[in-house]
Amino acid sequence: MMNTALQTKTLTLVQAITDGLDTMLGESKEVILLGEDIGKNGGVFRATDGLQEKYGEDRVIDTPLSEAGFVGAAIGMAVNGFRPVVEIQFLGFIYPAYEQIMTHASRLRMRTMGHFTVPMVIRAPYGAGVRAPEIHCDSTESLFTHMPGMKVVCPSNAYDAKGLMIAAIEDPDPVLFLEPMRSYRSSRDEVPEGKYTVEIGKGKKLTEGEDVTVIAWGAMVPVAMKAAQDMKEKGVECEVLDLRTLYPIDKDLVIESVQKTGRTVIVHEAHATGGTGSDLISLINDEAFLYQKAPAARVTGYDTPVPYFGFEDHYLPTPRRVAAAIEKVMKF
Amino acid sequence: MDKDFPIFQVMDQNGNIVSEEYKDLVTEERVKKFYAEMVRIRTLDRKSVSLQRQGRIGTYAPFEGQEASQVGTAVALESDDWMFPTYRDHGAAMVFGHSLRNILLFWNGRNEGCVPPDGKKIFPPAIPIATQIPHAAGAAFAEKQKGTKNAAICYFGDGATSEGDFHEGLNFASVFKSPVVYFCQNNQYAISVPISKQMNSATIAQKALAYDIPGVRIDGNDVFAVFVETEKALDRARNGQGPTLIEAMTWRYGSHTTADDASKYRDQGESVMKRLETDPLLRLERWMKNEGIFDEAWVKEIEEQAATEIDAAVQEMESFPAADPAVIFDYVFEKPTWTIEKQKREYLELIGGEA
Repeated sequence: MMNTALQTKTLTLVQAITDGLDTMLGESKEVILLGEDIGKNGGVFRATDGLQEKYGEDRVIDTPLSEAGFVGAAIGMAVNGFRPVVEIQFLGFIYPAYEQIMTHASRLRMRTMGHFTVPMVIRAPYGAGVRAPEIHCDSTESLFTHMPGMKVVCPSNAYDAKGLMIAAIEDPDPVLFLEPMRSYRSSRDEVPEGKYTVEIGKGKKLTEGEDVTVIAWGAMVPVAMKAAQDMKEKGVECEVLDLRTLYPIDKDLVIESVQKTGRTVIVHEAHATGGTGSDLISLINDEAFLYQKAPAARVTGYDTPVPYFGFEDHYLPTPRRVAAAIEKVMKF
Repeated sequence: MDKDFPIFQVMDQNGNIVSEEYKDLVTEERVKKFYAEMVRIRTLDRKSVSLQRQGRIGTYAPFEGQEASQVGTAVALESDDWMFPTYRDHGAAMVFGHSLRNILLFWNGRNEGCVPPDGKKIFPPAIPIATQIPHAAGAAFAEKQKGTKNAAICYFGDGATSEGDFHEGLNFASVFKSPVVYFCQNNQYAISVPISKQMNSATIAQKALAYDIPGVRIDGNDVFAVFVETEKALDRARNGQGPTLIEAMTWRYGSHTTADDASKYRDQGESVMKRLETDPLLRLERWMKNEGIFDEAWVKEIEEQAATEIDAAVQEMESFPAADPAVIFDYVFEKPTWTIEKQKREYLELIGGEA
């Protein structure tokens, strides 16, 4: 982590994203923002609030309602010298652009042996828990971790959000930047002013523990932390890891921890089958098989569509479900 | 609606000039230059079909019949312009200066084939239909942002106009006045589906009305009509007037690809008639004959030149080093991730350096 900033300010996660975008717009004319309602309106979540006024309509661009169109156009801009950051209003609305991301953004470098590259960031608020309408709550990160050529990051707090945003914009390859909308304004952190990065591909250990490794990211980090706290009162010491990057996974962080504890609980709100939890279990199988004292457990959203919000509390992992999984691996 | 979008011609199929306005454009020098380029790309096309039949390249998409559309556009471009071709536009790419060896390498399954010569802004051929249309809108927009006078040309077929990306791309380009020419080669079949089943509209050009941009319909087998309208559209683009949609009426003589058999879905007798009547090369020959300057020996000479050039490129393609498996792994990211590094190491260890 590079940190040249001195002063800090207290920001919510969404404000930290704005701050990261502001920092990079100020630093480089190559950085250009595109999306629906991001200009005058500052985005439906206000993540780009005030940026059009500050940088002008040709750098903070309100696009037509056309995900495939503006993601495709952003690919053309990225190939031609810009570093576009596009906002998809909700991850559940990214699917029209899936073809552009899968067949072009993610593989232009490979197709042309590095002649054409796509240094682009796709921002997308994701996840349930805010009583939003249907389709607004999807958590389909695995569609993108499965996609060769894409990096996928997901901060859980304001400090990481700004640092990862700057790292994503500076990355020479396309990055999907998932924003836990449930955590947008749920807490505040001290965030350095100016420029700093959080390295893509590096997770973070949040608590030290000898008994169980609990892995989470995004909006599931506070859930995992609460469960770990509850279990501590019962004498179980959890090591909570905030994965922060879903591809490429921080192998060393995960392996070091699960080799120590021998027990793992993975928490994600995405569906179980084909989820990132499966990748983590494969990694543990490959690198830490003989250290295991219990089969790794997963606490996930179900293999159902994310339900209407009237049911979402039953769909989302809760501290209670996570604590039950921790007890299960302890008792194995 | 087809009356609102008449098919513009400079030269009719008999080699007669039908547009007074552009008659001075049709000089012996230009006719010979355009004719020679069309011979070059037709020679490549026929050679490629033959190479595929012999198993020396993979599945190939022929463009024979569409040479005027590809040459007329490519010669109108400036060297700093962008080109977004499809898999059937390597004739245009060749005329614009792509490496012939690399064009052939592409058809032989090699990434190296997508690398244009230094300084040539030629995108890899679009395989998914219409996806290049938003790319061209964005790349052209970027040129405008940089304050250059460079423009882009984006090729696609009639089938592409049914895709969402066509509409999203044209809409984006029209809103932001991207300096781009959208050039549709309407060869009237999307694999087997005829244009009458592709759309209810009488023309493709009329779709420009929806975006309030110029839409023109031209004879795509008249290289001068293609050249004139492409130049006009490029001028508008460079002058800040945004995109143009050109519908060039043409015909592919052959099948969709070498893996397709056109006789299954259309009467190939029609292709035989079109070869006799509306062929883009024959049209220029007829003009030269009308002018009394047709020179059989010259034609033979340029045909031989083209064959020599293409044979040399085939040789270069065939003597190109064998596929290095590292290429699969080394260009996914600027710096390979650990998963890719591990997969590469394990595979290379397994094969012990044998390619």
